[in-house]
Amino acid sequence: MSEVVVIGAGPAGLAAALAARAAGSRVVVLDASDYVGGQYWRHLPPERPARHESLLHHGWSRFQSLREALEGDSGCEVVTSANVWAIDRGRIHVLVGEADGVDRETRVYEPDALVLATGAFDRVLPVPGWDLPGVFSAGGAQALAKGERVAVGKRVAVAGSGPFLLPVAESLVHAGSGVVGVYEASHAARLARQWTTRPWELLATSAKTLELARYASTLARHRIPYVTGHAVTAIEGSERVESVTVSAVDGSWRPIAGSERSLEVDAVCLGHGFTPRLELAIAAGCRLTKDRFVDVDDEQRTSVASVFAAGEITGIGGVDLALVEGSLAGHVAAGGRLSDPAMRRLRLRRHALSQFAQRLGRAHGIGQNWTTWLTDETIVCRCEDVTLARLRAATDSTRSSGLRSLKLLTRAGLGPCQGRVCGRSVEAILGRVSDSRSADSSITDRRPIAVPIRLGELAAVERPGSVVE
Amino acid sequence: MSPRLVPASDDPIGPGATTPITILVNGDPVDGVLGQTLAGVLLASDTLSWRTTPLSGRRRGAFCGIGVCFDCLVVVNGQRDVRACQRRARAGDVVEFHLAPAPPRSDRGE
Repeated sequence: MSEVVVIGAGPAGLAAALAARAAGSRVVVLDASDYVGGQYWRHLPPERPARHESLLHHGWSRFQSLREALEGDSGCEVVTSANVWAIDRGRIHVLVGEADGVDRETRVYEPDALVLATGAFDRVLPVPGWDLPGVFSAGGAQALAKGERVAVGKRVAVAGSGPFLLPVAESLVHAGSGVVGVYEASHAARLARQWTTRPWELLATSAKTLELARYASTLARHRIPYVTGHAVTAIEGSERVESVTVSAVDGSWRPIAGSERSLEVDAVCLGHGFTPRLELAIAAGCRLTKDRFVDVDDEQRTSVASVFAAGEITGIGGVDLALVEGSLAGHVAAGGRLSDPAMRRLRLRRHALSQFAQRLGRAHGIGQNWTTWLTDETIVCRCEDVTLARLRAATDSTRSSGLRSLKLLTRAGLGPCQGRVCGRSVEAILGRVSDSRSADSSITDRRPIAVPIRLGELAAVERPGSVVE
Repeated sequence: MSPRLVPASDDPIGPGATTPITILVNGDPVDGVLGQTLAGVLLASDTLSWRTTPLSGRRRGAFCGIGVCFDCLVVVNGQRDVRACQRRARAGDVVEFHLAPAPPRSDRGE
């Protein structure tokens, strides 16, 4: 019997695991978290049961059935707290144990096929004051609400771009926070253009449009303004967030002078789209698309033999698309065929959902002049306290737009998060302040050691003969 | 105050019984419940920041909430650099903050 390893236990990974089992493979699911579900179905741990937890989720019954099917199946091993720290020539190196612990268990897998379903995390653009305590990524605030039942504030501003701001506002409301407004930087006209030029595409995704309608009604019921063409362009406070400046922005997200107004808040949630978690795909050798997702074909195959990808790493598409892609990837990874009758419906659905996702992406894409709301003192790299002025001084003094030299000169992107938070912003700033795009071909997504591990654990792995399966 | 635990009596999800735990934070006892992460315990006890950046001493706490940003690092039972949002709290955990003194500005190469 062939073995399929699935990395990531969010919607795409769980669907892939189930489909691979149905097609006859043995399956191992690896996830860094201590519970399955991914970010989308992040939930309370069993020590904190709740009768109506489904209120906090969409598609909760689908999650329950996926989880139960896999957990009750002796042909599927679900390994949580499993940190995949390297993929090297088909070998998957894993440390299993509590988060950032010591002396974790070392495992190595060499499966017949691998499905990457590593998902995405919030892209947060720097804003003056965004490193003050009380500023959260939009997904972070939602994770705290769903996974901890912590409300991040009493008066919260939600800002950025994309449909995800709506469920975030909903999660805050369900946690008892007041939301002073949802500020969407894209303009209503641009949103309307993408939403109505091809109405037939909406038909195939009616569940999605109903979900959006539900958010709209939640906002209306709680009198939360949804303001398009506006952005949080500064965050103020001495030791923590005290207020935000909300500005009207033009179509390129350049703030419009004179439009600023100040709002008193105790928390801010920012999200400007998502960044795919690409490091393992890059380590496996997978080719990326020009907009930097994992390049896959109709069978969800990457450019590397026997390596598949599904979900947000192939393009930001949301949970329904992730589930469909996961099912297709798992089926083919286990030796099934795309022409099998059960796959036909999934292929049609994938087509409709990806059309819809592309429209959302076009409607909410990042405006190129967001950098104009930065000041010289704005921290761009949070880990290393690198300001915009320092980045600009480095590029000006060296006349270099090379990412590698900039990182070494300023340490931007070299701190503990390894450029996950600032990397793409640093790249955008390089593009804005230099004559040309990054002069070297390096990108900030490359991390040969995918997660930080302690030197002692690394030494144990590297000692010959110490690798255990 | 601003972050807080949703009061069980008001919570529409109908929370069941929990197990109280106590951890030590910089020597002081802080109450939480089993199943919370360390970041969850800290935020629920109205602690918004628990680290200063090594270079300029700026305050940091939870930001991404999902283990990506490493802003929330703490020392737990002597282990440094543990992401508070990823580590579940256990009764008796000894938590210390990563507090680096801010060096003079001239050390920053600006």
